[in-house]
Amino acid sequence: MNLDTIVFLVSAVVAVFGATMMISQRNTVASVLYLILSLAAQAVLYIQLGALFLGAVLIIVYAGAIMVLFLFVIMLLNLRGNQDMGDPPGPVSRFTKYLVSILLVIELVFIIRGVAFDTDASGIMSMVTDDFGSVKAVAMLLFTDYLYPFELTGVLLLVAIVGAVVVSKREKDETPIPADQASDNSDRGTN
Amino acid sequence: MIPISAYLILAAVLFGIGTVGVLTSRNVIVIFMAIELMLNAANLALIAFSRGLNVLDGHVFVFLVLTVAAAEAAVGLALIVLIFRNRESINIDRFSIMKW
Repeated sequence: MNLDTIVFLVSAVVAVFGATMMISQRNTVASVLYLILSLAAQAVLYIQLGALFLGAVLIIVYAGAIMVLFLFVIMLLNLRGNQDMGDPPGPVSRFTKYLVSILLVIELVFIIRGVAFDTDASGIMSMVTDDFGSVKAVAMLLFTDYLYPFELTGVLLLVAIVGAVVVSKREKDETPIPADQASDNSDRGTN
Repeated sequence: MIPISAYLILAAVLFGIGTVGVLTSRNVIVIFMAIELMLNAANLALIAFSRGLNVLDGHVFVFLVLTVAAAEAAVGLALIVLIFRNRESINIDRFSIMKW
């Protein structure tokens, strides 16, 4: 068992573990932290696959920025304990949901085994050049062949920023709901 | 060496866990994070293919997906804050005002 295999196995186990814990936590903050753990493991896999730039971007943008945004929103919501996460039976049973997901994974695995890279048993990894996945190589592609999509993502981000501000802006005359009234209002409209 | 299908199967498993999270969780923030996880699983598959085929285009796609995920997170969290302000809850079952 060489080093590559060990790194892959450890990262894969950590990534799956983090993801599983993320969806099974009751505490939302803990679940954000588990997602960060999973993302860190995935960044290791990125780097193992030669994507040095994207591994760094995953840590900086995802774990650094987006997850902090999640934490920030959770703090902002100021949830009081384990509020009304009761167990109303939905129209679809929990078992069916798990079954559907497992079937999806089995289907994906079958497709992967059927299609991907049976050509070479050792599979992966023709030798790549030294700068595969480096900042320079990705940037060369990004600013030549994919220049227009790249510029359009800038527009997309601008729209997202403006949209987020407009959506979350309070109206001027709207006063925040006092806490005692808010609990009365919370049942309104649910039937 | 690790065959590329190992990475793809890992991506499929992560995608499946994300699906479970979206379907079973009632906390809207956890659902949102599960969607992020599914995006990341797709990214992992793209990078694995990129390495296997020895072309860099997959990296550019991943870059674009990351940008879209960031935009989605910003708008989605703003919506969550807005809904929370109205309904004082992050339980997805309470967001049924648009139910038929």
